[in-house]
Amino acid sequence: MWTWFYRLASPPYVYRVASAFTPWLLLTAAVAIAYGLIDGLAFAPRDYQQGDAFRIVYVHAPAAWLSLFAYTTMAVAGAIGLIWRIKMAHALSAAAAPIGASFTILALVTGSLWGKPMWGTYWAWDPRLTAELILLFLYFGVMSLRAAFEDPARGDRAAALLAIVGVVNVPIIHFSVQWWNSLHQGATVAKFGKPAMDASMLWPLLAMLLGFMLFFGAVLCIRLRGEVLNRERQASWVRQAIKA
Amino acid sequence: MGGYARYVWPCISLAIVVLIWNLWSARRYHALALKRAERSILMAGSKPS
Repeated sequence: MWTWFYRLASPPYVYRVASAFTPWLLLTAAVAIAYGLIDGLAFAPRDYQQGDAFRIVYVHAPAAWLSLFAYTTMAVAGAIGLIWRIKMAHALSAAAAPIGASFTILALVTGSLWGKPMWGTYWAWDPRLTAELILLFLYFGVMSLRAAFEDPARGDRAAALLAIVGVVNVPIIHFSVQWWNSLHQGATVAKFGKPAMDASMLWPLLAMLLGFMLFFGAVLCIRLRGEVLNRERQASWVRQAIKA
Repeated sequence: MGGYARYVWPCISLAIVVLIWNLWSARRYHALALKRAERSILMAGSKPS
Protein backbone atom coordinates (compact mmCIF):
# COMPACT_ATOMS: atom_id res chain seq x y z
CA MET A 1 0.00 0.00 0.00
CA TRP A 2 2.84 2.41 0.86
CA THR A 3 4.49 1.72 -2.51
CA TRP A 4 1.29 2.83 -4.23
CA PHE A 5 1.08 5.87 -1.94
CA TYR A 6 4.64 6.95 -2.73
CA ARG A 7 4.06 6.35 -6.43
CA LEU A 8 1.51 9.14 -6.24
CA ALA A 9 4.39 11.44 -5.34
CA SER A 10 5.97 10.85 -8.75
CA PRO A 11 4.98 13.61 -11.24
CA PRO A 12 5.37 11.49 -14.42
CA TYR A 13 3.23 8.74 -12.86
CA VAL A 14 0.54 11.25 -11.82
CA TYR A 15 0.59 12.86 -15.28
CA ARG A 16 0.31 9.49 -17.03
CA VAL A 17 -2.50 8.19 -14.79
CA ALA A 18 -4.45 11.47 -15.07
CA SER A 19 -4.13 11.37 -18.88
CA ALA A 20 -5.35 7.77 -19.02
CA PHE A 21 -8.36 8.32 -16.75
CA THR A 22 -9.68 11.56 -18.29
CA PRO A 23 -11.55 10.23 -21.38
CA TRP A 24 -13.25 7.41 -19.42
CA LEU A 25 -14.35 9.73 -16.65
CA LEU A 26 -15.70 12.24 -19.17
CA LEU A 27 -17.57 9.61 -21.13
CA THR A 28 -19.24 8.02 -18.11
CA ALA A 29 -20.02 11.47 -16.67
CA ALA A 30 -21.73 12.50 -19.94
CA VAL A 31 -23.86 9.32 -19.93
CA ALA A 32 -24.89 9.69 -16.27
CA ILE A 33 -25.69 13.41 -16.57
CA ALA A 34 -27.64 12.94 -19.81
CA TYR A 35 -29.71 10.14 -18.23
CA GLY A 36 -30.23 12.10 -15.00
CA LEU A 37 -31.34 15.27 -16.78
CA ILE A 38 -33.69 13.56 -19.24
CA ASP A 39 -35.25 11.29 -16.61
CA GLY A 40 -35.42 14.05 -14.00
CA LEU A 41 -36.89 16.71 -16.26
CA ALA A 42 -39.14 14.66 -18.52
CA PHE A 43 -40.17 11.47 -16.71
CA ALA A 44 -39.97 11.95 -12.92
CA PRO A 45 -43.41 12.78 -11.50
CA ARG A 46 -44.05 16.27 -10.16
CA ASP A 47 -43.78 16.72 -6.40
CA TYR A 48 -47.12 16.89 -4.56
CA GLN A 49 -46.07 19.98 -2.59
CA GLN A 50 -43.43 21.77 -4.65
CA GLY A 51 -44.81 21.00 -8.11
CA ASP A 52 -42.25 21.16 -10.92
CA ALA A 53 -40.00 23.52 -8.95
CA PHE A 54 -38.63 20.43 -7.20
CA ARG A 55 -36.79 19.56 -10.46
CA ILE A 56 -34.19 22.19 -9.51
CA VAL A 57 -32.93 19.57 -7.04
CA TYR A 58 -31.42 17.63 -9.97
CA VAL A 59 -28.74 20.28 -10.38
CA HIS A 60 -28.80 21.94 -6.94
CA ALA A 61 -28.17 18.89 -4.74
CA PRO A 62 -25.32 17.44 -6.87
CA ALA A 63 -23.67 20.90 -7.06
CA ALA A 64 -23.97 21.39 -3.28
CA TRP A 65 -22.65 17.90 -2.59
CA LEU A 66 -19.75 18.44 -4.96
CA SER A 67 -18.90 21.77 -3.35
CA LEU A 68 -18.34 19.91 -0.06
CA PHE A 69 -16.56 16.97 -1.67
CA ALA A 70 -14.16 19.21 -3.63
CA TYR A 71 -13.35 21.18 -0.48
CA THR A 72 -12.67 18.01 1.50
CA THR A 73 -10.48 16.72 -1.35
CA MET A 74 -8.59 20.03 -1.35
CA ALA A 75 -8.08 19.97 2.44
CA VAL A 76 -7.05 16.30 2.60
CA ALA A 77 -4.60 16.78 -0.29
CA GLY A 78 -3.26 19.90 1.43
CA ALA A 79 -2.76 17.96 4.68
CA ILE A 80 -0.94 15.14 2.82
CA GLY A 81 1.24 17.77 1.15
CA LEU A 82 2.09 19.35 4.49
CA ILE A 83 2.69 16.14 6.43
CA TRP A 84 4.54 14.04 3.82
CA ARG A 85 5.86 17.01 1.79
CA ILE A 86 4.41 15.54 -1.39
CA LYS A 87 4.38 18.22 -4.09
CA MET A 88 1.78 16.38 -6.16
CA ALA A 89 -0.67 16.56 -3.25
CA HIS A 90 -0.35 20.36 -3.33
CA ALA A 91 -0.87 20.25 -7.10
CA LEU A 92 -4.07 18.23 -6.58
CA SER A 93 -5.23 20.69 -3.93
CA ALA A 94 -4.61 23.62 -6.30
CA ALA A 95 -6.45 21.85 -9.14
CA ALA A 96 -9.54 21.14 -7.00
CA ALA A 97 -10.05 24.72 -5.80
CA PRO A 98 -11.50 26.46 -8.91
CA ILE A 99 -13.75 23.48 -9.69
CA GLY A 100 -15.13 23.47 -6.14
CA ALA A 101 -15.66 27.24 -6.19
CA SER A 102 -17.64 27.09 -9.44
CA PHE A 103 -19.93 24.36 -8.09
CA THR A 104 -20.42 26.31 -4.86
CA ILE A 105 -21.62 29.29 -6.94
CA LEU A 106 -23.93 26.94 -8.85
CA ALA A 107 -25.33 25.54 -5.58
CA LEU A 108 -25.91 29.03 -4.18
CA VAL A 109 -27.59 30.41 -7.32
CA THR A 110 -29.80 27.37 -7.96
CA GLY A 111 -30.73 27.26 -4.26
CA SER A 112 -31.65 30.92 -4.45
CA LEU A 113 -33.79 30.34 -7.57
CA TRP A 114 -35.55 27.49 -5.75
CA GLY A 115 -35.99 29.63 -2.64
CA LYS A 116 -37.95 32.37 -4.39
CA PRO A 117 -41.07 30.29 -5.26
CA MET A 118 -40.80 28.06 -2.14
CA TRP A 119 -39.81 30.50 0.63
CA GLY A 120 -40.84 33.74 -1.07
CA THR A 121 -37.28 35.10 -1.05
CA TYR A 122 -34.07 34.60 -3.00
CA TRP A 123 -31.92 34.74 0.10
CA ALA A 124 -32.28 34.23 3.85
CA TRP A 125 -29.50 34.28 6.45
CA ASP A 126 -30.27 30.67 7.21
CA PRO A 127 -27.50 28.54 8.83
CA ARG A 128 -27.00 26.30 5.80
CA LEU A 129 -27.07 29.11 3.23
CA THR A 130 -24.71 31.24 5.30
CA ALA A 131 -22.29 28.36 5.85
CA GLU A 132 -22.33 27.59 2.11
CA LEU A 133 -21.54 31.25 1.39
CA ILE A 134 -18.63 31.02 3.85
CA LEU A 135 -17.45 27.96 1.91
CA LEU A 136 -17.32 30.07 -1.26
CA PHE A 137 -15.25 32.71 0.56
CA LEU A 138 -12.94 29.96 1.82
CA TYR A 139 -12.40 28.76 -1.75
CA PHE A 140 -11.59 32.32 -2.85
CA GLY A 141 -9.29 32.71 0.16
CA VAL A 142 -7.38 29.51 -0.57
CA MET A 143 -6.93 30.42 -4.26
CA SER A 144 -5.88 34.01 -3.49
CA LEU A 145 -3.47 32.93 -0.77
CA ARG A 146 -1.76 30.44 -3.08
CA ALA A 147 -1.37 33.11 -5.76
CA ALA A 148 -0.15 35.77 -3.30
CA PHE A 149 3.27 34.21 -2.71
CA GLU A 150 6.15 34.53 -5.16
CA ASP A 151 7.61 31.27 -3.86
CA PRO A 152 5.10 28.58 -4.96
CA ALA A 153 6.14 26.23 -2.13
CA ARG A 154 5.26 28.84 0.50
CA GLY A 155 1.99 29.57 -1.32
CA ASP A 156 1.15 25.86 -1.27
CA ARG A 157 1.82 25.59 2.46
CA ALA A 158 -0.21 28.69 3.33
CA ALA A 159 -3.14 27.59 1.13
CA ALA A 160 -3.03 24.08 2.63
CA LEU A 161 -3.19 25.51 6.16
CA LEU A 162 -6.21 27.67 5.33
CA ALA A 163 -7.92 24.75 3.59
CA ILE A 164 -7.37 22.53 6.65
CA VAL A 165 -8.67 25.17 9.06
CA GLY A 166 -11.69 25.80 6.84
CA VAL A 167 -12.64 22.13 6.62
CA VAL A 168 -14.46 22.60 9.94
CA ASN A 169 -17.14 24.33 7.84
CA VAL A 170 -17.95 21.11 5.95
CA PRO A 171 -19.70 19.25 8.83
CA ILE A 172 -21.32 22.55 9.84
CA ILE A 173 -22.94 22.77 6.38
CA HIS A 174 -23.97 19.12 6.42
CA PHE A 175 -25.46 19.05 9.93
CA SER A 176 -26.75 22.64 10.06
CA VAL A 177 -30.29 21.50 9.24
CA GLN A 178 -30.23 19.23 12.31
CA TRP A 179 -28.36 21.48 14.73
CA TRP A 180 -30.31 24.69 14.18
CA ASN A 181 -33.76 25.84 13.21
CA SER A 182 -33.41 26.06 9.46
CA LEU A 183 -35.59 27.08 6.54
CA HIS A 184 -33.69 24.55 4.47
CA GLN A 185 -35.27 21.12 4.27
CA GLY A 186 -33.62 18.20 6.05
CA ALA A 187 -31.78 15.25 4.53
CA THR A 188 -33.66 13.38 1.81
CA VAL A 189 -31.15 11.10 0.11
CA ALA A 190 -28.63 10.69 2.94
CA LYS A 191 -31.19 9.29 5.37
CA PHE A 192 -29.91 5.82 6.16
CA GLY A 193 -32.23 3.02 5.23
CA LYS A 194 -35.14 4.99 3.85
CA PRO A 195 -34.65 8.01 1.58
CA ALA A 196 -37.57 10.47 1.75
CA MET A 197 -38.04 10.30 -2.02
CA ASP A 198 -39.84 7.95 -4.34
CA ALA A 199 -37.58 5.75 -6.51
CA SER A 200 -38.86 7.41 -9.70
CA MET A 201 -37.50 10.72 -8.42
CA LEU A 202 -34.48 9.27 -6.63
CA TRP A 203 -32.83 7.41 -9.55
CA PRO A 204 -32.29 10.48 -11.75
CA LEU A 205 -30.93 12.33 -8.70
CA LEU A 206 -28.47 9.52 -7.96
CA ALA A 207 -27.44 9.51 -11.64
CA MET A 208 -26.81 13.26 -11.48
CA LEU A 209 -24.80 12.88 -8.27
CA LEU A 210 -22.69 10.17 -9.89
CA GLY A 211 -22.37 12.18 -13.12
CA PHE A 212 -21.20 15.31 -11.28
CA MET A 213 -18.66 13.26 -9.28
CA LEU A 214 -17.27 11.64 -12.44
CA PHE A 215 -17.19 15.04 -14.13
CA PHE A 216 -15.27 16.44 -11.16
CA GLY A 217 -12.79 13.58 -11.51
CA ALA A 218 -12.34 14.27 -15.24
CA VAL A 219 -11.85 18.03 -14.88
CA LEU A 220 -9.59 17.47 -11.86
CA CYS A 221 -7.39 15.17 -13.98
CA ILE A 222 -7.11 17.77 -16.78
CA ARG A 223 -6.30 20.60 -14.32
CA LEU A 224 -3.87 18.36 -12.46
CA ARG A 225 -1.97 17.70 -15.69
CA GLY A 226 -1.66 21.46 -16.17
CA GLU A 227 -0.48 21.91 -12.56
CA VAL A 228 2.10 19.14 -12.95
CA LEU A 229 3.46 20.71 -16.16
CA ASN A 230 3.62 24.16 -14.56
CA ARG A 231 5.55 22.81 -11.59
CA GLU A 232 7.82 20.40 -13.48
CA ARG A 233 8.53 22.22 -16.71
CA GLN A 234 12.31 22.00 -16.19
CA ALA A 235 12.25 18.25 -15.53
CA SER A 236 13.73 15.88 -18.08
CA TRP A 237 10.61 13.67 -18.18
CA VAL A 238 8.55 16.69 -19.40
CA ARG A 239 11.11 17.23 -22.17
CA GLN A 240 10.81 13.58 -23.19
CA ALA A 241 7.00 13.59 -22.94
CA ILE A 242 6.72 16.68 -25.15
CA LYS A 243 9.24 15.43 -27.73
CA ALA A 244 7.52 12.02 -27.92
CA MET B 1 -43.22 23.25 -15.88
CA GLY B 2 -46.42 24.15 -14.01
CA GLY B 3 -45.64 27.86 -13.74
CA TYR B 4 -42.09 27.30 -12.47
CA ALA B 5 -40.32 27.38 -15.86
CA ARG B 6 -38.69 30.75 -15.12
CA TYR B 7 -36.98 29.19 -12.10
CA VAL B 8 -36.26 25.69 -13.39
CA TRP B 9 -34.80 26.45 -16.85
CA PRO B 10 -32.32 29.13 -15.67
CA CYS B 11 -31.03 26.59 -13.11
CA ILE B 12 -30.58 23.88 -15.74
CA SER B 13 -28.99 26.36 -18.17
CA LEU B 14 -26.61 27.66 -15.52
CA ALA B 15 -25.61 24.10 -14.59
CA ILE B 16 -24.80 23.36 -18.24
CA VAL B 17 -22.81 26.62 -18.49
CA VAL B 18 -20.83 25.70 -15.34
CA LEU B 19 -20.08 22.21 -16.71
CA ILE B 20 -18.93 23.61 -20.08
CA TRP B 21 -16.90 26.40 -18.43
CA ASN B 22 -15.13 23.89 -16.17
CA LEU B 23 -14.19 21.69 -19.08
CA TRP B 24 -13.11 24.59 -21.29
CA SER B 25 -11.06 26.35 -18.58
CA ALA B 26 -9.35 23.11 -17.48
CA ARG B 27 -8.37 22.27 -21.07
CA ARG B 28 -7.15 25.84 -21.62
CA TYR B 29 -5.13 25.68 -18.39
CA HIS B 30 -3.49 22.46 -19.54
CA ALA B 31 -2.84 23.81 -23.06
CA LEU B 32 -1.20 26.96 -21.66
CA ALA B 33 0.96 24.90 -19.29
CA LEU B 34 2.01 22.71 -22.22
CA LYS B 35 2.90 25.78 -24.30
CA ARG B 36 4.90 27.23 -21.40
CA ALA B 37 6.78 23.95 -20.95
CA GLU B 38 7.56 23.80 -24.66
CA ARG B 39 8.84 27.40 -24.62
CA SER B 40 10.99 26.68 -21.59
CA ILE B 41 12.51 23.62 -23.34
CA LEU B 42 13.19 25.66 -26.48
CA MET B 43 14.87 28.40 -24.44
CA ALA B 44 16.99 25.85 -22.56
CA GLY B 45 18.01 24.31 -25.92
CA SER B 46 19.03 27.65 -27.45
CA LYS B 47 21.29 28.63 -24.52
CA PRO B 48 25.02 28.47 -25.45
CA SER B 49 26.76 25.62 -23.61
